[in-house]
Amino acid sequence: MRTSECDMVIVGVGGQGVILISDVIGRAGVLAGKPVRGAETHGMAQRGGSVINHTRIGCRFSPMVSPGSADLLVSLEPAEALRFAHFLSFQGVALVNIQPVLPVTVTTGRARYPSLDELLEPLRGQCQRVLAIDATALARQAGTVQAMNVVMLGALSRYIPLSEEHIIQALEEVVPSRHLEANKRAFLLGKAEVE
Amino acid sequence: MREYLLGNAAIAKGLLEAEIGLAAGYPGTPSSEIIESLVELKGDLPLHIEWSVNEKVALEVAAGASWTGCRSVATMKHVGLNVAADPFMTLAYLGVGAGLLVISADDPFCHSSQNEQDSRRFAQFASIPCLDPADPQEARDMATFGLQLSEKFNIPVMLRPTTRVSHARADVVVNGERPAPNERRFVKNPARRVALPSHARPLHSELLAKQSAIEDELERCPWNRLTLRGETGVIASGIAGLYAEEALMDLDLDHSLLRIGAYPVPKKLISLMLEHVSRVMVIEELEPVTEEQVVALALDANPSVEILGKEKEIPREGELDLLTVRNALARMNGLLITEKRSFAAADIVPPRPPALCPGCSHRATYYAMRRVYGKKAIYPSDIGCYTMAVGMGTVDTCLCMGASITLASGIRFGGETEGICASLGDSTFLHGGMTGLLNAAYNKARITVTILDNSTTAMTGHQPHPGTGVTATGEPTVQISLEALARALGAGLVETVDPYDLEGTIEGFQRAKDYPGLSVVIARQPCVIKARRSGAQSRAFQVSDECQGCRICVDFGCPAIEFDGQVARINNLCTGCGVCAQICPSSAILEVRE
Repeated sequence: MRTSECDMVIVGVGGQGVILISDVIGRAGVLAGKPVRGAETHGMAQRGGSVINHTRIGCRFSPMVSPGSADLLVSLEPAEALRFAHFLSFQGVALVNIQPVLPVTVTTGRARYPSLDELLEPLRGQCQRVLAIDATALARQAGTVQAMNVVMLGALSRYIPLSEEHIIQALEEVVPSRHLEANKRAFLLGKAEVE
Repeated sequence: MREYLLGNAAIAKGLLEAEIGLAAGYPGTPSSEIIESLVELKGDLPLHIEWSVNEKVALEVAAGASWTGCRSVATMKHVGLNVAADPFMTLAYLGVGAGLLVISADDPFCHSSQNEQDSRRFAQFASIPCLDPADPQEARDMATFGLQLSEKFNIPVMLRPTTRVSHARADVVVNGERPAPNERRFVKNPARRVALPSHARPLHSELLAKQSAIEDELERCPWNRLTLRGETGVIASGIAGLYAEEALMDLDLDHSLLRIGAYPVPKKLISLMLEHVSRVMVIEELEPVTEEQVVALALDANPSVEILGKEKEIPREGELDLLTVRNALARMNGLLITEKRSFAAADIVPPRPPALCPGCSHRATYYAMRRVYGKKAIYPSDIGCYTMAVGMGTVDTCLCMGASITLASGIRFGGETEGICASLGDSTFLHGGMTGLLNAAYNKARITVTILDNSTTAMTGHQPHPGTGVTATGEPTVQISLEALARALGAGLVETVDPYDLEGTIEGFQRAKDYPGLSVVIARQPCVIKARRSGAQSRAFQVSDECQGCRICVDFGCPAIEFDGQVARINNLCTGCGVCAQICPSSAILEVRE
């Protein structure tokens, strides 16, 4: 028996704004009257490390998504998409920002950063759909590179059982008013990437 | 009202609804956001909130307030409870005035900790009741309940969230904050407040005598829930209860289920379960606290019952999750287990370990330290961001808060003749390093102690401390001078250096190394994250054609320096600290001038 309406993991690098996406979705879920559960990465791992946030809409149980059962994998960085790909279900959808953030292991020459194809090809055929989005460029177009996460939220909004109205309302609660217009533009640009 | 809240924020809500008048804590993942949420929510409430100097201090401050009739809470992470163990154990004897809640947040899997000890053991050790929430809603409700329970039985109560509760988010039903009552006074009562042997003996008897009444009360609490169904049973405590409930639903199993949320465990409910089933699995994170009780109770209730648990089905280390619990239940029932999905191709993903930030001054300090003290020297270190510099060769030990100094002393007195240079952060020094420095001075340890002073408690989210001149609520206060403190504690030489000035820092370390006694080097530069947030201007640097590709700057390990196989390049993470320009032997890294 299914114990959650929609399971997703949102991954990236500490400092990219993973928490904002899950916070907005959670608040939107509450506005829609649905139970929401989530789990966040805090503390040591935030210092430039890989981070993963779990969000489960319509769920009253575990705050974490089980490996192999995520309906959605949202990755703010391409290598992180493959790192956390094992969370995806075979019917899941992966939304990936294609702009890399090089880890220290790569900048210091101890490891190689794979090409975008090497990173995304393993996901194709292992899930329903992989959407590669240049969210960083779209955020710049919206007026602020910082809104890259909100571009991804816009793309994600097409796949979650929540209304755009509730998501925007939650976004307004979370984003400082002076950045709100740019973030709304970012949201719409992200949403337009998914048809 | 329903809000989407972090577990720690939900706890803060529960505390404010329970009319607390004081909250004291020391930052530590995963507990830090409790105090931070209280600061955000405080408004005009008559509430004292403080970042204490350490957890022992926090608990004692909270106890004093409790004895003054003020509902109080002390917050800490699990290892902080070790520091607070002294007052914790004896407060169980002396009891409370108004409710006293000790929040010890556990970190199974050591997400951000040096061990994964189970605070439920500590509560059991002290004969103190322990509440073990499964999610943010329970955490909020238990915070309120715990304070009432504390008053009812005149005993401190422990609330023990884990990382997956403190840092979970959920929709939580909350009510409004309520102010603490005004009338508060310390009532003198030596027989209950002075732990003389003649007072302690009868208080110990009293503590033991009230245990059965506490057990009766907790037996009925809403977080112990028994559902009798099939002849196979599951007993699961804390967050494991949530996993068990979901796994049973997912597997469509008709097992009896007892969820436990409070200790001492509900013996009557456990016995009812044991009488009903022929086989039971006990599921809990870390220590077999519940399981030991189940085994003992089975001797009477149902000696033939088969008990599964820590023996082999449920791991005793790390954290549990839905899949682990689901598979344990599937195995018990002869059902197919779910293999973890794996992507072989994921091997190509480069590791991304947490690292010191671009421009972090600790990297520069350690670079200079290593240049002066050399490869053979011993480098005891401590708990903080800087522990991540273990790859630089200047972190030889990390034990517990402040232990760098005392370990360094012991290493010297144990017979080590090489140079010894300890390092610890400013907050860590003020937490647990001061007594060690005093001891080193008194006992004539010839060591260097480096205080990595970034003027904040960086790792846990930039909380203030006595060296910052600001309180938890943002009020200005006395700013303690680390230099004066080090001198007062007996350091013979105190050098203050700016890590971004590499040459000056090397000279400072050289003087400390040459000093025939206890020397202290204070390496001061604000945390780069905080400096950027406060709008500090940064300089821009670039690599010129003079780069020889020697990789010295690359090996320095700053994420802002990349290597393309031939030459180095500065990327957009650069904060402009300029240290790499000082270490480049070809003078190829230059400031970009407008």
